[in-house]
Parts: sequence; structure tokens; C-alpha cells
Amino acid sequence: MKKKIVFCICLLLVTTLLLAFLQALTMPKYMSSAKEGALIAEYYRETPDHDVLFVGDCEVYEGITPPTLWEEYGITSYIRGSAQQLTWQSYYLLEETLKYETPKVVVFNVLALKYGEPQDEAYNRMTLDGMKLSATKLRAIKASMTEEESFASYLFPLLRFHSRWKELGQEDLTYLFHRDTVSHNGYLMQTEVRGGKAEILPSPLADYTLPAASMEYLDKMRELCAEKGIAFVLMKAPTNDWKYHWFDEWDAQIVAYAAEHGLRYYNFIPLADEIGIDWSTDTYDAGVHLNVFGAEKLTSYLGEILVEECGLESRKTDAALSEIWQKKLDAYYAERNEGKDY
Amino acid sequence: MQFTSLSFLLFAALTVLVYYTVGKRVQWWILLGASYVFYFFAGAEYLVFILYTTVVTYVTARLMQSRVDAEDAFVAANRDTMEKSERKAYRAAQKKKRLGILSVGLLLGFGLLAVLKYTAFVLAGVNSLLGFFDAGRLSIPTLLLPLGISFYTFQSMGYLVDVYRKSVRAEQNFFKLALFVSYFPQLIQGPISRFGSLSEQLTARHGFDGLSFRAGLCRVAWGFFKKMVVADTAMIAVKELTARTDEFTGVYVLALILLYSAQIYGDFTGGIDITIGLSEMLGIRLAENFDRPFSSKSTKEYWRRWHMTMGTWFTDYVFYPLSVSNSMQKLSKWSRKHLGEKIGKRLPVYFATIATWFLTGLWHGAGWNFIVWGLLNCLVILVSQELQPLYTRFHQKFPRLVASRGWSAWQMTRTFLLMGLIRSLDCYRDVPKTFRLWGTMLTTFNWGSFFGGGWLSFGFDVWDWAVLLCGVAVICIADRCGRDEPVRQKLARRPVLMCAALCALVIVILLFGAYGIGYDASQFIYNQF
Repeated sequence: MKKKIVFCICLLLVTTLLLAFLQALTMPKYMSSAKEGALIAEYYRETPDHDVLFVGDCEVYEGITPPTLWEEYGITSYIRGSAQQLTWQSYYLLEETLKYETPKVVVFNVLALKYGEPQDEAYNRMTLDGMKLSATKLRAIKASMTEEESFASYLFPLLRFHSRWKELGQEDLTYLFHRDTVSHNGYLMQTEVRGGKAEILPSPLADYTLPAASMEYLDKMRELCAEKGIAFVLMKAPTNDWKYHWFDEWDAQIVAYAAEHGLRYYNFIPLADEIGIDWSTDTYDAGVHLNVFGAEKLTSYLGEILVEECGLESRKTDAALSEIWQKKLDAYYAERNEGKDY
Repeated sequence: MQFTSLSFLLFAALTVLVYYTVGKRVQWWILLGASYVFYFFAGAEYLVFILYTTVVTYVTARLMQSRVDAEDAFVAANRDTMEKSERKAYRAAQKKKRLGILSVGLLLGFGLLAVLKYTAFVLAGVNSLLGFFDAGRLSIPTLLLPLGISFYTFQSMGYLVDVYRKSVRAEQNFFKLALFVSYFPQLIQGPISRFGSLSEQLTARHGFDGLSFRAGLCRVAWGFFKKMVVADTAMIAVKELTARTDEFTGVYVLALILLYSAQIYGDFTGGIDITIGLSEMLGIRLAENFDRPFSSKSTKEYWRRWHMTMGTWFTDYVFYPLSVSNSMQKLSKWSRKHLGEKIGKRLPVYFATIATWFLTGLWHGAGWNFIVWGLLNCLVILVSQELQPLYTRFHQKFPRLVASRGWSAWQMTRTFLLMGLIRSLDCYRDVPKTFRLWGTMLTTFNWGSFFGGGWLSFGFDVWDWAVLLCGVAVICIADRCGRDEPVRQKLARRPVLMCAALCALVIVILLFGAYGIGYDASQFIYNQF
């Protein structure tokens, strides 16, 4: 009898391990395509010591380059951003990050405030699957799920990705137990140049009021930062595309919000010329996102603001830190010079 | 709450846990509570309908029972004074009164089903007629069709007939009857149980029986495999083949017949396996609903082995009463007199058979495709019956051929394909379209295009085919190995082996099951009936 019980326990253990293996095998690796799916998990490999934390969607992980911020201003930073990262996801990522570290400044990109409801399952997965299991993650899942999604599939991603057994490839085996680092402190580099300017005007909206759900999470971020004594700054990255048009009516609401709560808000769209953005060379997808050349210009401009208006100081005198960041800069320039695109 | 959802698994696990941890005296209360919670999650508004059916059934049965009791008491009290003929006349008079009560009960019970399920169909028919005479249109209301209403109505009405026939005594406890009507594992797709065999089991005290529990657990897992790996995978192709009928003709119709056979077998038998397995875990034995139907050698045999509880329900409560009814006796006399002994003898039986199959078709759904499906089954059975002498002569002439395995295989293949062909009415839904598509099997010779890549053109890739074929092969092997005793019973006696089989099955279902995003969450097909 005892033997049988031991055997059954071993069997259950083997089954659990096998299921864990199958889960690791079938989950997308995001190493050669859709690399933005790998960004969130990369944070846990980083030493949590940053002056500035950026949260937001593609406009931050394509628009701000932490290595430039270090190189020019000696400011350490990290981007916790992912594709179409919704405001509540930014909040929960901020909440999670603040468990590891307390930066001096948190910068939030406001574009996602226009979304008041869960949007897309694929983007949800890219943001949430990378998070470590915690109460924060569970709350983030609950807030983000579209109707077709199930909570259980976030806890056991095999339930979502099981059908990938048909499309398993070399990448799934190579990255079964580890991942390469694809970003530079959360910045996903794009070196291609594909300029362009919006030819089509955006369609007017029936209602320009920013959704209450996203504004509620903006409040939560502000309160969380206030509680921890962190300066909370709002920004809107420059764009030249009609699809992601930032309406003046939305901007007015953010301006009013910032004024009401004494926050700094920087809309970089009208400042694009002053920053030096050239839409024929500084974008890789015809004006939707900045490429590395545009991102460096924006970072350089923002760095000055962070130093002059937020009072951040250079930490280049810290030899150990400088050594770490020099390695990051080397990797950054190696990729930049290689001119890889994703 | 779908049977194959995680929420149902948690619900069932919790029910089993509470069932065995509370006192045995209150076990049936747990089942009743669980049944109503289950039904509440299916749709709170549906509760009104099941309560209605329960109340109608309870009151009708109690009224009939009080008449039966009074009748028996009267006869017992006057046994010495009453002549046998007087007793017979008295009982006949009482039976007539009981029949009146039964008729009201059946009218109220079936009436609800008829209104909810068939109003739109009837009004659409009326509108077609009105349209023909250019006489306007009636508006068709959108009515709720409560989950499992066909199943619980038939089960309840069967109970009323049993009480009327004095086969069972009416249940005195309203809540015990409510449990019989609403018992959740079988609520949505059967089997259609009989009061005599189920009710006592539901309210009996059940101790934990490891063997029964393990066998039930194996059966539940097996049901999940059939549904999620076989049926839901086949559904991907069936959906495409039925959605693009202009494109998928000829050999693709044959492919649909085969694929839909796999789908409905996996779906229905899988669901029944979950139902019976879960009941077994609770110590309750439900009636079997399938007996390897695809190895039947004739249509009649097929219908004895497929959806058995529905078949016996129609036989016991429709076919036999109709066959021996007064009007049928009169028809028999008339036809023997006017059409001769040979035809006259058969006419009433044929009439009862046609009526039974018409109702069987109608039970499956409010649509002409279901009615034609029922009548075609009937036609095949009657023609087979008529050709019986011819078959007998053939069998006598070629005894060695008939005794050979090849002949058995031919009979099975013929029955399987014929039943599949008729069943395709269920997929295409439209009768003229179905007949046209059947015709293309003879007129469109597109085998070359099918094997030249067409077999991968209806949402199925090579891997889907591989999963489906392996799944079907596993079912066939398990069926073959379980001829004398089901595999689960053998496994239940060897817990270690059972544990290994269960783990393997779980892995296979999780990895190869057609579920989650990218697949349409599919209800069991019989939930719709």
C-alpha cells in the first residue's frame, strides 16, 4: 500500500513537471519577432536602482533611450512599457516596480488614457505574461481581461498556448529555459528609417471625454507616487500619424488635470521642431513611432527637463554604477551600429 | 456553466466533496441545492420553467395517486361484495378518470415545451401559407428556450405515465421529486431516466466506494477526451464544410458525413460519459445511453444502441400506447377488411412507427430538417422490414458469405454511412440544400482535387487530421478492449495503473484539446435539443 501511494505521488509529480515543461515549451518566446512581448519580464534581471521610471505604451519603449539619458546626464532609468499598455496595466506595473525600488521620478505617457476598456488579447498577454506571479499581477489580469479570455489561462498559460504545439520551432527549444535580453533597460531599438507624414486627417469623435476608468487609474498612479514621495510627471511623445492622433480636446483635459494636481505635463507634439525631430529621418514606420535617432533626440530634450525642473543629478561619479552603465552603452552602440531592425 | 469549463470542474469537485463530508441523511439535499445552483448559472430566468414543470408533475402525480389509493381501498373494502366483472368495470371507470388527470398534466407539461420550442416554427409555417395566398404575415415572437427543457420535460412526463399505469407510486415529497426532475449531471443532455430506477438512488444514503469513485473519475476524464480532443477538433472542419456549401460538394459531402459522425459521437457519448461518470462518483448509477452504435449492422440495431434512453422512451410512451390504442384497433380492423390480411396487419404498425419517428424528429428540433431526418430513419427501417424476406432468401442462398467477417464489415459500413448520410441533415439544416448536396456526391467527381490538397482547405491542417485520426483510433481501441468489461472498470481495480492513465489523459487533453482562444467554445450538441 505504502509503495502504491509513493508511486502515485511520484506520478503526480512527474505529471506536474511534464505539464510545466510543456507550458514552457509552448509559450511564445518573443525572441525573433514581436520582441515587445519580452520586455516586461526583462526587468527582473535588472538591478533595481533607477532615478527615473518610465511607464506607458509603445511611445515610451520606442521613444526614450535610457542609455542616452545616462550618457548625457548621468541619470539611471528604466522603461516598464509594452505594446498598447493600458492605463491600469501601467498602474499595476508601477505598483509592482515600487516594491523593488523607489525612483525619484515616474514619467507616464498619456496616450493610453484614451482607452477605457480592455482592448486586445494579444497585447494583454505580452504585458501580463511577463509579470511575476503576485497579488498585483492577479489584479492586473482581472482589470485587463477581454470577454473571451479566462483568468485561469493567465495562471496556467498552457491553457492558452497549448495549440502552439503545431508551430513549435527551433526558437522554442533554444529559449526553453532562458531568454536573451532584447531591450536596453526597456528600450526596444529600431534603426530603420522610413519617414512620412500623415496625409489623412483623423476623423472627429462624438465624445472627447477621456474614459473614467483610465482616469481613475491615473489618479491611483498619482496617489501612489505621492505616498512614496516620488515626483509624478506626465508626457505625450511626439507622433506624426493620424491613427494615433492626440486630439487637442484630450490634451486640454490632461493640462487641466495636471494643473489641478500640481503635476508637470509635457506634450512633445508641438515641440517636435524644437526637439529637432525630422519626420523624414527620425521614424521607422512613417510617423507612428520614433526610430533610435528620433528617440535619442527626444531623450536628450527630456533629460534636460529632468535635470533642470525635477532636480535630478548626475551619478557618473559612482564608479561601480558607471561600470555597469558603460557595459549597457557598449551593447547599445553595438546594436545601433549594426543597424538591426525588428 | 459548460461541462468542459473549469468552473464546472470546480463546481463538480466541490459538490462531490460536500456530498461525502456532510451527513448521509442530507446528501440528497446537497444534490438538489447543487442542481438548482447549476441551473441558476445556466440562466436565472430558466428556473421558473423547471419549477413550473416540477409543480405540474408533482400535483398531477399526487392527484392520480390519491385516485389509485382510493380505488384500491374501495376494492379492498368491497372485495367480498363485488363481482369480478363489477370490480373490472369500477377499475376501468377509475382509469378513465385518471386518464383525464394525466391528460391535463401532459397538456400542461408538453404544452410549455411546445410553446417555447415550436411557436416560431409553426408561425413561420403559417406565414409561408399566408404568403402563398398573399394574406399578410404574423409576427414571430422571440421566446426563451430553457436549457435541457426537452430532457426534463420528457423525464417528468414519463414519470406521470408511469404513475398512471401504476408502475410507480407518486412521490410524496415535493423536494425529492424536484431532485428527480433537476438532477444536474443529466439535466442538459440526458440520459432520460425513469423514476423507478433513479429516484430511490438519488435520495438513498451513499457511503464512499473507492472502486465506484475511481471508475467514475476515469469515465469523466474519458468523456473530456472524447469531447475536447475528438468532437471539438472535428467541429473545426464541420463548421467550414457546412458554411461554404457552394464550394464543398461531391466528395467533400462524404468528408462531412465522416467528420460529423466523429464529432457527434465524441460530443454526445463524451457528454454522457461525464454525466454517468460523475453520477458514479456520487454512488448513483444512471442508465447507459450508448452501446457501440457504430458497429451496428442494421438501422434498427443502430437505434437500439444509439441514444438508448430516448429510443426506449418513445417506444414505451408513444409507439406501444399508439399501437394498442382504440383508434389503431379500429384502423386495424378496417384495413384488414378492406386491404386484405397482409397489408391490413401492417398498416397500424406502420402508422404508429411513422408517428413515433415524426415525433422523434420533432423532439430533436423545431425544423423541417429534423422532421425529414426522423421520417427518413423511419423509411429506412420500414423498407428494411419489407425487404426482410428477400434478405432471408439471400442469407439462405449464401450462408458462407453471410457468416464471413467481410459481410459483417460491409453491413456495419453500410449502416454507418447510411446513418451518417441522414444525420447530415442536422449539419446543413436546410432540406433542399441537403438533398442537392447528396446529389453532388454522384454528379461531382472531385476526388482528385480533394486528395490534391483539398483535404487541407476547410480549416483543417495536417496536424488537426493527425489529432482527429489518433483520437478516433484510441476510442476504437478502447471500445474493442472494453467489449467484455469497460476499460475504466479494469483500471479502477488497479489504482496505480489508473493514476498513470489519468495523468496521461489529462496531458493529452490539455495539449491536444480544441479549447480556448482560437477555438470557438462549443456547447454540447444535445444541449440544444
